[in-house]
Amino acid sequence: MIPIPYYLALSAVLFTMGVVGVLTRRNALVVFMSIELMLNSVNLTFVAFARQLGSLEGQVTVFFVMVIAAVEVVVGLSIIIAIFRIRDTVDVDDVDLLRG
Amino acid sequence: MAAIEVVIFGAAAVGALAGGLGVVLARAPIRAALALLLVLGSLAVLYLLLAAQFIAVLQVIIYAGAIVVLLLFVVMLLHARTGEARPTKLPRQRPVGFLLAAVFLAAVVTALRDAAPPPLPAVGQGFGTAESVAGVLFTRYVLPFELASMVLVVGIVAAVVIGRGARP
Repeated sequence: MIPIPYYLALSAVLFTMGVVGVLTRRNALVVFMSIELMLNSVNLTFVAFARQLGSLEGQVTVFFVMVIAAVEVVVGLSIIIAIFRIRDTVDVDDVDLLRG
Repeated sequence: MAAIEVVIFGAAAVGALAGGLGVVLARAPIRAALALLLVLGSLAVLYLLLAAQFIAVLQVIIYAGAIVVLLLFVVMLLHARTGEARPTKLPRQRPVGFLLAAVFLAAVVTALRDAAPPPLPAVGQGFGTAESVAGVLFTRYVLPFELASMVLVVGIVAAVVIGRGARP
């Protein structure tokens, strides 16, 4: 069996990649995909701990995370489309009305 | 038995890491979406290794089947002007982002390194099947389950309202 820390390390690296994507990319769609990357790395952690502890609660949590991720994608993408209609851009730097 | 598991884990981990790099580095958003698909598929394999068959199937159906397809639709819908050609307004954002990410990774790896793992317990044949997960889901977690369906309905309505746009 593969020890659980290997899964946790992989999950940490994937999460960091998602952080880098959110912090450095300017395309709203790619920022979105990076958020999905982070959600998935956390899901991997939940499943790994569920295996380690022999309890199904971690897998149930992953189920709920997936539901919320689906809702988040639907609402987020419709917001991106609405912004694209109004401002003709998906660049997050161009949406700076709140900038002082 | 153990050797083939190491091979499968290695292949899935390499696939996940390569896909993650693709999401972050790809210039065209459509390539990022396809790289995300690679990550999701690799994670489904890892879920199978971790005795989570039901979650692995959900991963393929919900993430790979629905979410990535939705992302691809939107990428194609907005294909005009989705490159990153123009100069950035925040020139220091990129190095600071990399620095913060490196600090985060160092913190997590430090926490991981100190942990001595207890040996993996054996789990029963039924662990992680749809039957066993549903058994927990529909007894102890039935209220959150119903709330999740309400959240889904709210999300659908919100998407319709936002997507309809401003009408006079």
